[in-house]
Amino acid sequence: MPNVSSNRLTHLQRLESESIFILREVAAEFRNPIMLYSIGKDSAVMLHLAMKAFYPSKPPFPLLHVDTTWKFREMIAFRDEMAKTLGFDLLVHTNQEGLAQGINPFHHGSSLYTNVMKTDALKEALTRHGFDAAFGGARRDEEKSRAKERVFSFRTANHGWDPKNQRPELWNLYNARVKPGESIRVFPLSNWTELDIWQYILAERIPIVPLYFAAERPIVWRDGQMIMVDDTRMPLLPGEAPEQRMIRFRTLGCYPLTAAIDSTAATLEDIVQEMLVARTSERSGRLIDHDDAASMEKKKREGYF
Amino acid sequence: MNVAPLTELFATESKSLLRFLTCGSVDDGKSTLIGRLLYDTKLLFDDQIATLTKDSRKHGTAGDELDFALLVDGLAAEREQGITIDVAYRFFNTERRKFIVADTPGHEQYTRNMATGASNSDLAVILVDARQGLLTQTCRHSFIVSLLGIRHVVLAVNKIDLVEFSQSRFEDIVADYTKLIAPLGFETFQAVPLSARYGDNIMARSARTPWYQGPALVEYLENVDVAEKAVARPFRMPVQWVNRPNLDFRGFAGTIVSGSVRPGDSVVVAGSGRTTHVKSIVTRDGDLAEAVAGQAVTVTLEDEVDVSRGDILADAVHRPERADQFAAQIIWMHDEPLLPGRPYLIKMGTRTVGATFTEIKHKVDVNTFQKLAAKTLTLNEVGVVNVASRDAVSFDAFADVPETGAFIVIDRLSNQTVGAGMVQFALRRATNVHWQALDVSKEARAALKHQRPAVLWFTGLSGSGKSTIASLVEKKLYAAGRHTYMLDGDNVRHGLNKDLGFTDADRVENIRRVAEVARLFVDAGLVVLVSFISPFKADRQMARELLSAGEFIEVFVDTPIEIAEKRDPKGLYKKARQGLLANFTGIDSPYEAPENPEILLSGGEKSAEELAEQVFNYLSERNYLHSDEDAGDWTI
Repeated sequence: MPNVSSNRLTHLQRLESESIFILREVAAEFRNPIMLYSIGKDSAVMLHLAMKAFYPSKPPFPLLHVDTTWKFREMIAFRDEMAKTLGFDLLVHTNQEGLAQGINPFHHGSSLYTNVMKTDALKEALTRHGFDAAFGGARRDEEKSRAKERVFSFRTANHGWDPKNQRPELWNLYNARVKPGESIRVFPLSNWTELDIWQYILAERIPIVPLYFAAERPIVWRDGQMIMVDDTRMPLLPGEAPEQRMIRFRTLGCYPLTAAIDSTAATLEDIVQEMLVARTSERSGRLIDHDDAASMEKKKREGYF
Repeated sequence: MNVAPLTELFATESKSLLRFLTCGSVDDGKSTLIGRLLYDTKLLFDDQIATLTKDSRKHGTAGDELDFALLVDGLAAEREQGITIDVAYRFFNTERRKFIVADTPGHEQYTRNMATGASNSDLAVILVDARQGLLTQTCRHSFIVSLLGIRHVVLAVNKIDLVEFSQSRFEDIVADYTKLIAPLGFETFQAVPLSARYGDNIMARSARTPWYQGPALVEYLENVDVAEKAVARPFRMPVQWVNRPNLDFRGFAGTIVSGSVRPGDSVVVAGSGRTTHVKSIVTRDGDLAEAVAGQAVTVTLEDEVDVSRGDILADAVHRPERADQFAAQIIWMHDEPLLPGRPYLIKMGTRTVGATFTEIKHKVDVNTFQKLAAKTLTLNEVGVVNVASRDAVSFDAFADVPETGAFIVIDRLSNQTVGAGMVQFALRRATNVHWQALDVSKEARAALKHQRPAVLWFTGLSGSGKSTIASLVEKKLYAAGRHTYMLDGDNVRHGLNKDLGFTDADRVENIRRVAEVARLFVDAGLVVLVSFISPFKADRQMARELLSAGEFIEVFVDTPIEIAEKRDPKGLYKKARQGLLANFTGIDSPYEAPENPEILLSGGEKSAEELAEQVFNYLSERNYLHSDEDAGDWTI
């Protein structure tokens, strides 16, 4: 036998194998798992890995999209296309009560809006379907409270996270035991970085929402950030007129809360090159993260992904 | 905008990955070191530096300078207290390598979080403060990382600037440490003098330590060879999931943890001992001619052999051990101590099985490495134990194949991960004759029955419905799979207490004996239903005091005497009224009603069935009965 060593696997291969292992553990150990699908690049990678993990079978769980009704239109179109092409069951959940009250990011503030249309909606969907495990595409390099989170992250029956009392997590021996009502949030991409994600998308030619590629799009300036005017619901200030600008998105969320960046990167190669010299973090384009240093931890304790 | 050359773009794809942890005592500067690594390798973005600047002013301990510790201490509580509580993972890369760093807490109280970080690392960077030298924590950290299988260690002698960059101070510390770790058998060891705060010897050798000829820290981490010889070891693939998309395909999905495999190779199903050959190695990107340790694949076999999750596909010549008893090292991670005899679950590979610890051979003082006698292992203690699993399991010694020799211990009731284990060797039954030394306690017996033992003490007038309700409750408990016993006049007065009459003294003795018997049954782990009139408060109090808090549940069946007398199931009231029965409770002998019974049953108003339900709910709501799931199979 030739004397080969395990570091003949590249770091992307090691990350891929680790994620596939995690996906399979969940499918084998849980009664009713779900994959949160947010339509972004991380979700795209997670979905791609799920297709690999169970091949030639289809992944043995449905997808769930928590639709705030404020996603970019191109995201919704892409979502429906992917579910159809890959043959996934797709559940779409919207907080109907929030919708009826007209909760929106413009008039109610990002914090209340996020709470009602994302966190509450997610908890509602998880409880209604009785999911005991939910995959999320969060990565530890995104934010410092996420850097602290386990791959199998235990949630109480109220979907709360107790960061000071996490289960020890040794080797790849994930503890999947929960009591009725309790659940585990599972993060197969924990150890991936943003650059890893892009390199993998490039290497595997994974389809992503076109908004990640630079194009001329209508934007307005809000608090020094470029916000795309994606539909007519966006209230324009007196005298304000959207300008066409060459932009793209590094991260995708609700359009009123996701800032664009100036870019001419129109291909995956361009994007990876841009990433290699980036001087700002990915989440700087997420308006909901800036409240204070611990805002993500607070949201996560309350059940946010 | 700078444009990175395309070659770099693809060069990063083939970088190798090094996972390491940093550990050290509080204030040794672990978090500062990681912050420094991120900063110096340009992995900090402008907006992160802006946030850090803001946070440094608010919580920082570095004066006007950036406090790098705030970058990694991600929890609010950590930033406020200035300590690390849980492991944080950070990522950086250089031109040669990608790094995943686990920043782990130094406090003894958070040892389990340190073990979490260590279990997935290839190398440990142990920090010491040059002013302090080695501390007991240095011993503990070195011991734990070696225990969890780390073979490569770097001693970072930090804050060298605070000892005037003294060569002799550095050399003294290195000499002490070399002696300390001699018994731990690390494969490689490198000591580096450094200042995390000022960056000396981090990226490049510092001019301020001209006497130091070794590599700077990052330089060393980029080059150290930690490649496990995993591929040279025998083939092992724990089966995670059976892949059956249709009747024509039956594959076994798993990650190869050791060795390599090719179509045609002879493999054994470790559980059954059946051998067969590999037919194909399937992936979505096409079938493979060979798969090696670290790859996640789906294997199909030539023969229709029985394989399921928890089995290991293995090299047919070099097979794993198979036994239901084995010796293992354990690191305990929970506030409730490890109790020999208590049933736990262990998860080993992809197999979860019921197990008990039959004996603690010794514990190890993690600060001195001395072996000490022990009856239990408490939080953060390390020991060598014998394990008996409900069914035979397949494994290798942790030292040979860590991936098939490691396990976690899960508490059956709380589902918490309470310990980590590393198999040493299989035990043959004949060599393990220590069963009689086992300390079978009340807790151990109760745990085996998945219930909290208790006495339900039904008190009330004759004819109040005590026995009827008690037997309905017992039926419900039985149906729920609980272990019970009923004590009432019928089965006690005819035997144990047949020498007793109905004088006050005999009544007291009657109750005393019943209470003592109930106590023994509680000790045996049972839920005991006692149904006696027991009219005197003092007697019931005596029974209560025989038992521990929470074990005595007084159930007052409060049926008005008019109703009880009307029922008169045994015709006793009639006899008493006729003067044929002396000292009859409620007629010519008092009944002292309980003032604060745990359960009050309104006997005249509700049906016996409803009242029994009320008692059952009380037990269930207060966790006397654990969930049905826990009472189920041992093997999950």
